[in-house]
Amino acid sequence: MSLCEGIRTVIEDQAAKHEIKAIKTVRVEIGRFSGVEKPALEFAFDVVMRGSVAEGAKLIMIDLPGRAMCYDCVAEVEIQDRLDPCPTCGGGKLMPTAGDEMRIKDLEVV
Amino acid sequence: MCTVCGCGTGSVEGNAHSHDHGHGHGHGHHHHHHDHDHGHHHHHSGDIHFGHGPAGTEVPGMTQDRLIEIETDILAKNDRYADVNRAVLGGRGILAVNLVSSPGSGKTTLLCKTIEALGDQPLAVIEGDQQTANDADRIRATGAPAVQVNTGKGCHLDGHMVGHAMEHLDLQAGSILFIENVGNLVCPAAFDLGEDCKIAILSVTEGEDKPLKYPDMFTAARVALLNKVDLAPHCDIDLDLYETNLRRVNPTIEVIRVSARTGEGMQDWLAWLRTNLAAKSNAEAAE
Repeated sequence: MSLCEGIRTVIEDQAAKHEIKAIKTVRVEIGRFSGVEKPALEFAFDVVMRGSVAEGAKLIMIDLPGRAMCYDCVAEVEIQDRLDPCPTCGGGKLMPTAGDEMRIKDLEVV
Repeated sequence: MCTVCGCGTGSVEGNAHSHDHGHGHGHGHHHHHHDHDHGHHHHHSGDIHFGHGPAGTEVPGMTQDRLIEIETDILAKNDRYADVNRAVLGGRGILAVNLVSSPGSGKTTLLCKTIEALGDQPLAVIEGDQQTANDADRIRATGAPAVQVNTGKGCHLDGHMVGHAMEHLDLQAGSILFIENVGNLVCPAAFDLGEDCKIAILSVTEGEDKPLKYPDMFTAARVALLNKVDLAPHCDIDLDLYETNLRRVNPTIEVIRVSARTGEGMQDWLAWLRTNLAAKSNAEAAE
């Protein structure tokens, strides 16, 4: 819900800046490790956007992969889950380097 | 109105008129000069035609619909508040720690004992809970200034709440600000408050796999305080396995074993606070 309110704030700032009358689509990028529960975001989106220029807008979520640096073999690797071992060397010491994104990519507006 | 510099909120007045312009016009909105000559059309009768693209070029076939590239973090507004808090704290050489944990890990007891042990070290506390001022009352009983923030239905503190709370505290230069977040191992991980670091507290009664169940928080934290170690012999747990699991989700995490009740390990924790406070003060003095 807080995330949706964050989205609404950004949208309203943009709407004021660009004289937007209505928004048809909102595209957001969600990293694999961002902790965003996508169905919950989708549900909250409709509710929170009511009364804004984005009322009735479609929410499109783009998945971004999780990446990590392996402390054993110093490779940057893509992993599906935070607890996965390194796909290169099998090591378990991985520091996530990407995948925690929660970003509004763009808006399709009228 | 150009998508490159974000200028021109288009305070358009007057009647329908259209013009080619090479960006040097002066009506209503502020002057600006671009060297390039992209003659896009504004039809100032209400309809605005321009496509997306770096210079606001028109795209054939696109009339009113357009795409606005934003590339903004959803939590950008929170991060702006957090940046302000960080600047205020940094300017006064204040060490701010964001204490995060599940409910019942012993945060408040640990904090009360820490405050007592720090003696005359200047400090202040921001207490976050959904309801009640119980925790702030417990902190004030130690003599330390405390502000309670009730988040209502909210499950985390955010940068804005902490900024307000800081205004209510007389924060002295060189003090330590403890921010006790709402007991929750999920959402507080994502919200920057302007702190120097997050400190995750977990108690031995919670199970060794807690870091694996809630990896976001333990990845975001710089230090893990493993609390209630005095109970370890009574609850069949393996303290080393706790540390292994913590390092599995965050190879660089510092682990300090403590017991707020018996005082075991408290010296290590106090030493960590003093070292990091000194580093913060020196960084400020160097600027």
